[in-house]
Amino acid sequence: MAPTELLLNYLPILIFIGVAVVMSCAMLVLSFVSGKQNPDVNKNAAYECGFDAFDDARNKFDVRFYLVAILFIIFDLEIAFLFPWAISLSEIGMFGFWSMMIFLGVLTVGFIYEWNKGALEWE
Amino acid sequence: MTEFFSSDLWTIYGLPFAFMMAHIGAIIGVVLLFVAYYTYFERKVMGAMQRRQGPNTVGPFGLLQPIADGIKLLSKETIVPTQSNGPVFVIAPMLLFTLALIAWAVIPVNAKWVLADINVGILYLFAVSSMGVYGVIMAGWASNSKYAFLGGLRSASQMVSYEVSMGLVIVCVLLCVGTLNLSEIITADRPTWVQILLFPMLIVFLISILAETNRAPFDLPEGESEITGGFMVEYSAMTFALFFLGEYANMILMSAMTVVLFLGGWLPPFGIEALAIVPGVIWFVLKTLLVMFFFIWTRATFPRYRYDQLMRLGWKIFLPFTLFYVVLVSGLLVYFDALP
Repeated sequence: MAPTELLLNYLPILIFIGVAVVMSCAMLVLSFVSGKQNPDVNKNAAYECGFDAFDDARNKFDVRFYLVAILFIIFDLEIAFLFPWAISLSEIGMFGFWSMMIFLGVLTVGFIYEWNKGALEWE
Repeated sequence: MTEFFSSDLWTIYGLPFAFMMAHIGAIIGVVLLFVAYYTYFERKVMGAMQRRQGPNTVGPFGLLQPIADGIKLLSKETIVPTQSNGPVFVIAPMLLFTLALIAWAVIPVNAKWVLADINVGILYLFAVSSMGVYGVIMAGWASNSKYAFLGGLRSASQMVSYEVSMGLVIVCVLLCVGTLNLSEIITADRPTWVQILLFPMLIVFLISILAETNRAPFDLPEGESEITGGFMVEYSAMTFALFFLGEYANMILMSAMTVVLFLGGWLPPFGIEALAIVPGVIWFVLKTLLVMFFFIWTRATFPRYRYDQLMRLGWKIFLPFTLFYVVLVSGLLVYFDALP
């Protein structure tokens, strides 16, 4: 497949993205124009069950959310490796198969370590 | 004018472009129609399951209810809180809605019925569906409200957690079909033992898409009894409607993805040749509706999970299980020399 032909395959997607963005903008603008805008200090304040907000919402948060994000990066990267491996497994033979098994083995050791460390615990 | 329509400019560029635009318009129109009536379908089915009527006032059998809801949301006031980061606050729902639409560019609803028949279709789908997390975290952060912030955090970590097991499930299917093109995934030859082998993965995938789209019983990010709507709490009018449309379009997309990966797409069910007289697109829609019904059914049946239970299921059960299954499937395929 020629490079231009390959790129032409993606042209409809690019145009689709353009159409979708224009459409969501148009819907927002239409609603802004058609609805009656009547702003008010209390209406535009952050919602906190009717009280004035106590302090800034961007406060300390649990470090475990951060930990989940880091774990996700590791495993998602691994999946990125698995995709091409899964497709070409019939061509790369036993060598390809066992090298991925060793990689997954190393990853499993890391997974067991983080499990024992309590990184996956939510009380 | 007639000269233009017979010129090369029109026949080589104009006509294909016009077809493409018509195709895009048709996809968006059909998806939005399905979204509108999915909300109606959900309310009717939930009503029936709880021995209620569901919407029945606007139009015959309440059929005009989704349209009335749309007009109501369109005419409401757009509120952008003073404390929020204005541009990010507005871009977040647009991002989610756009992503929920553009994924449909690669879904084949029948043989050759696809806008962009790219050779890495499943990778594109996976990428687009994982970008949704940006919209959620942008909304949660930009709102500058405590509930929105908590909801955004919860939703983001829930979505990334279940994406890992979703990815591994997809790898299992890819091992059996040996292609990334969605049409070829559907038409790939699958022996019965492979289908039985993949069945547990279908279960894991169905549960993961519930978590991925923040649906009950995993609807903690929205959990109205604890964080009053999560990352959507500050949104109103069309900004809210875009979230809503995006969420439902995503649910239908995930249903279509299940159909493509596991339920044989436009092919007649159970390989019965006699059923092939029914057009493939009908089978595709019926199968998608079946999975869409599953979403509503679980919502009406199960109570909400706790957050620690949700994380435990995702990281301690699904991840080891799907990882083991990738090894099992690839090992069996290599051992029996059954690779595609």
